[in-house]
Amino acid sequence: MKRLPILVLLLWLCAMFYVGIFLFVGGFLLVRLEVNRTSTCGDVLLPGGQQGDFCQGQPRFRRAVVLIIDALKIDFARFDPAKKEPRPFENKLPVLEEVTSSKPTHARLFPFRADPPTTTMQRIKGFTTGSLPTFIDVGNNFASSAILEDNLVHQLAEVGKRVVFMGDDTWESLFPKKFHRSLPFPSFNVKDLHTVDNGILQHLYNIMVSDDWDVLVAHFLGVDHCGHRFGPDHPAMADKLTQMDGVIRSVLDRLQNDTLLVVMGDHGMTDTGDHGGESQKETDAAIFLYSPSPLFPASPSQSDPEVVPQTDLVPTLALLLGIPIPYSSVGQVLLPLFPANRQSGGAPAGLSQAEALWINAKQVNRFLETYSSMAKDIPPERLSQLQADFSHLSSKYLSTVKEGRSPTPELVASLQGYLTSVRDTCRATWARFNPAKMAAGIAILACACVLCYVLSEMSSVLVRESGLLRVPLVAATVVGVCVAASQLFTQGYAEGSWCLAAAALSSEVLVLWRARRARKTAAAEVGEVAPRRGWLTPPRFLLTPPLLVLLLRCASLLSDSYVIAEGRVVTFMLFSLSLYVPFHLNWDGLLLPPVHDPLKPAGLLPSPVLSPLAMRRESSTFLACLGVLVGSLYLSLFFHGCREEQGSCQPSPFLSPLSRVQDSRLKNLHYILSLASLGAWTYLLRRWLRHYGNLNSLGGTVFTARWILPLLSVCLGLHWAVSATPEDSFRNLAELISLGQRALPRVAFSLLGLGLALLWLDPLTVFIKTRAAAPVRSPVSLPPPRYRASTGISTQAELHHLIPQLYQRMRRSLEDGEPARVPEGGDRPAVEAYGLGTVYSAPVVLLCGLLGMGLLLLHPEGMSLAFLLLLLEMGALLQMHASSTTLNALQGTHSGGFSVPWTPVVLWSLAATQFFHATGHLPTFPSIQWAAAFVGFPGGHTGTILPASLVTLNTFSSHILFAVACPLLLFWPLVCEVRAGRGGRGGGGEEGEDNAIMEMRLRESPQQFSSALLQLATRYLFINGAQVFASVCAAAILRRHLMVWKVFAPKLMFEASGFLVSSVFVLVGVTLVIRVDVAVGRWFKRLLPDTSG
Amino acid sequence: MWDQEIRQMASSHAIMASGVFMATVVPAVLVPGFSVYGTHLLWLYSVAGAVAVVNITLFWLLGVSPPTKKHTITYKVSRLVRSCLYLLLSCLFFHTVVILYGAPLLETALETFSLAVLLTSLTTLRCVCVLGPNVQAWIRVFSRHGAMSVWDTSLQMVVGCSVVGAWLGAFPIPLDWDRPWQVWPVSCSLGAVIGYLTGLVAAPAWIHWHRKHLTYKSK
Repeated sequence: MKRLPILVLLLWLCAMFYVGIFLFVGGFLLVRLEVNRTSTCGDVLLPGGQQGDFCQGQPRFRRAVVLIIDALKIDFARFDPAKKEPRPFENKLPVLEEVTSSKPTHARLFPFRADPPTTTMQRIKGFTTGSLPTFIDVGNNFASSAILEDNLVHQLAEVGKRVVFMGDDTWESLFPKKFHRSLPFPSFNVKDLHTVDNGILQHLYNIMVSDDWDVLVAHFLGVDHCGHRFGPDHPAMADKLTQMDGVIRSVLDRLQNDTLLVVMGDHGMTDTGDHGGESQKETDAAIFLYSPSPLFPASPSQSDPEVVPQTDLVPTLALLLGIPIPYSSVGQVLLPLFPANRQSGGAPAGLSQAEALWINAKQVNRFLETYSSMAKDIPPERLSQLQADFSHLSSKYLSTVKEGRSPTPELVASLQGYLTSVRDTCRATWARFNPAKMAAGIAILACACVLCYVLSEMSSVLVRESGLLRVPLVAATVVGVCVAASQLFTQGYAEGSWCLAAAALSSEVLVLWRARRARKTAAAEVGEVAPRRGWLTPPRFLLTPPLLVLLLRCASLLSDSYVIAEGRVVTFMLFSLSLYVPFHLNWDGLLLPPVHDPLKPAGLLPSPVLSPLAMRRESSTFLACLGVLVGSLYLSLFFHGCREEQGSCQPSPFLSPLSRVQDSRLKNLHYILSLASLGAWTYLLRRWLRHYGNLNSLGGTVFTARWILPLLSVCLGLHWAVSATPEDSFRNLAELISLGQRALPRVAFSLLGLGLALLWLDPLTVFIKTRAAAPVRSPVSLPPPRYRASTGISTQAELHHLIPQLYQRMRRSLEDGEPARVPEGGDRPAVEAYGLGTVYSAPVVLLCGLLGMGLLLLHPEGMSLAFLLLLLEMGALLQMHASSTTLNALQGTHSGGFSVPWTPVVLWSLAATQFFHATGHLPTFPSIQWAAAFVGFPGGHTGTILPASLVTLNTFSSHILFAVACPLLLFWPLVCEVRAGRGGRGGGGEEGEDNAIMEMRLRESPQQFSSALLQLATRYLFINGAQVFASVCAAAILRRHLMVWKVFAPKLMFEASGFLVSSVFVLVGVTLVIRVDVAVGRWFKRLLPDTSG
Repeated sequence: MWDQEIRQMASSHAIMASGVFMATVVPAVLVPGFSVYGTHLLWLYSVAGAVAVVNITLFWLLGVSPPTKKHTITYKVSRLVRSCLYLLLSCLFFHTVVILYGAPLLETALETFSLAVLLTSLTTLRCVCVLGPNVQAWIRVFSRHGAMSVWDTSLQMVVGCSVVGAWLGAFPIPLDWDRPWQVWPVSCSLGAVIGYLTGLVAAPAWIHWHRKHLTYKSK
């Protein structure tokens, strides 16, 4: 068997896909340039145009208290006295309503709309710098680094205001050493509702009454963590909000006249308590402004904004506190806070609306100029139009001021219009694309897909070809270097991505060309003329049903409705394709044994090997498996989550962790169900392994299967029990519980690691029993004729046949419940090998089982049912594949070789997508199960790699399992061969024994084995790659679509990462198979001297 | 060779298609407020009824059904009873399949069952008429060498087209176009009926086209 060439070829194919994805994503998701300039007091032009130091003037407020209540949704802040039975999160902040209605000129409540992404770090960045975050920043939430752009905190520090901060420690990392005093508390542990809030409350009031501060920022996290942990609709949320109500009241009591109070949420939350996306529930937070002195010149009116964008807080706060607006803010001052005309001699001197807007517009214009000189991504025509607008407005404003008149409301409105259009332009620009890179990415991906297809169809030819990749790789390096050199020569710098693109494309083209030549020579060798086909005629392969289903699946990725309903669409297709299989078998007359119609001439019957009994048995197995498949498909629909676009959808009750379930009976029921399915998972795996005699030896793998697997499941069960216990019910056991929460998953992780290591080191599950009384045996001493074709057969060839047969005899005797029969001295060979027939599949099955358990650990408990369904469906798919192969073989229509047809591979890959949905995942960012990062680490993490990889493993668990188990599609028909052979004999006889050597067939024809393995892997990669290609095309074609950031871009990211994970784990699976092959080879070598000696 | 049979089939298919047409037009004239989308179930049952009546009458008149071995009354009655039983079972079978395909389990049970009735009248009823109440024969007819006569071939095509039509009819359901025909089960039943009509047209045409290559083993 060719081991290394297969791996290298697969690695190279994956690398091509990665390059394509990398290029496309690089062109599709652009990053905004940060402007590292800061405003100074000198460059704020005072109204009227006279120069002077802005900061020296008397600000309207000397001090400010900013209370940030994380995830304070606008629904939480509103108060509706008419509600008789408020839900836990409703009407819990009455103080806001009381104050706004009793003092309308002192206080007001607005909806406060955040820009996506609605993650806390991005939001803090947004409402301190006033800029718009970009899509690519999402990942930074785990390790926030210091903000380099100009921001409020920096400006406050510049003018000498003392900023005191307390709360979420994200701030500390964003603004290191900027605060006068800082009291950070750990924020990462979402299960901890109280540490941050109680820490703040310990200090807040003391600091407020002291005089050692000018701006006080307090960031409460309890509400957000409560949402993540319990969801908004939970009594804990009511408690938390009531606590916040009390906090606001106490703060109100301690406010002085020169102080401004801002109470705000940084983002909202969905109905499940998550955030990160751009649905209105996530973006609409609340902002409450209050001051003991009159804050709003007029009472609420129609002209008040309905919604305040989050960026607007920055210029408003800056002007109210008398500091320059941060350099890169694109916000707009909140007009209701400023008087329409400048009051003459009013005590707290303030800017009028027009003046504030003028300062604001000057600053925004300056930012725009700087930004456009640094980056060329704002469209020039748009830029010149904005600049023309501004110069027109500024001349109009200056002339009005010079004449001493107060600016007209129209001028104010047009200044507002200018600011709004700048913000809209920026928003549109920072989601701009690089079409050349996108096109290159698409081309490389398309080539890679074609290559995958070609390789899968020609695997048998290409496996014989040696050095297929040598020339292309050399050429790719040369081309890459050439492109880099020419770029250096012409532009002065080299862009890595273009070099990669050129290298990838050239190597792909070369491999295609070589494959074409190889096919020609192969066809010439066989002597057939290569079929000539016009380039334009549609190839016939696209019209076979499995590929038609794949085509439909890819097409469905181009429509937002189908992406939204993806879980059901995939289930529908899977169901259709699996129903097609029996229909196709029936169409070929393979499902039912033909009736011996007296009218029919007997010669028409296709083959004499056909035995009606075996066929009937095989068909009924097939139909039973179809039933299991259909059943698990239908049941898996109950584990789906819900997108916000799906209106009347209830997320599966199994998705919420047990600790959220309040009814204790329901809780117990759920727990028992989960435990039962965990037990079933373990039992089924062990049962299979034992059935095929894989649990007899003393190797590492067997140890894993015998001990580590059950231990893991015990760990899992205990962990669920511990994490489901309510915190307050066992106060005296609290320490033990927290220890369990930390230790149990870690033990499980280490067991898993140990199991995987053992599996890698010693993958053989074969048990050899060498009899001591064997010396009599020699090749001449009456060999049983059925074992050898001639007496001149070599010892090694004999051994290859011998051992599996022996193994089979042993297995049967084990099945019958008797102890292994002692072979009688002379005429029986002296080696007995258990588990040799499943030597390849046993480690793969075990790896799949172990990984499944590990991944289950990262999911909510209820998902163990879904995982059990996954295992059942896998088994049913494999068995169906095996049965249909056997049926085809019985009829003699099977082509021979181990090649896996398209239908099972497409079914396999569809099932992976189906279980992605059926384990509660969705291709949207808010639905990512962040809780997975805390399994075993309830205290949070220090790095980012570990939590990120835990979350990735959780998200793509079904992709991982199906990808790892992919080689089983090749092995299963061979594993099931025994049964068919025995069935054919009708029990007892020994004629079928020669056939029943199961996976040892693979060793007998290593060439076919390697070509089949390569074909299977490339087919699986092709199917996944085609889906990535389709979603890439969807994102490229529909990049101006309304839903692009909501549906297509997340789908693309998920599809691409899913492909990454799947391809890596396909490689893992193939590598394991190769490892086993190496081990089997060694085993034979070791065995040979023993037996012949 | 079978010119006469093909002509017979073409004319009977024309009558069946006109039956579907009449089942749409006549209630529209008689029943106030009748429309295919608005009063969908009414339309569905009228089509199913019309198809059933036309099929049974035509196949009885043409005498396509396999010759019965016995002519006793009890035998005939038992055949009739078995046919009815199979039709009922087929309704339940289609209902289950449609639910497994993703139709709501309880909310729209009536609609789902109506679709199952329609599918039964388009497919199983024809099987009963052509092959008699014999499930083995039904299964065998849908294989490559299973067709024993021109009518069997047409049965394959009509049944296949109806089922594929219903399957294709499910495609527009998730789209957000808010059209009246996207409501469950309108698109599926429309798809099934359109597929049925296509099958009615395609079967004689295809047989006529391939009449040189068609051979039936036990003809």
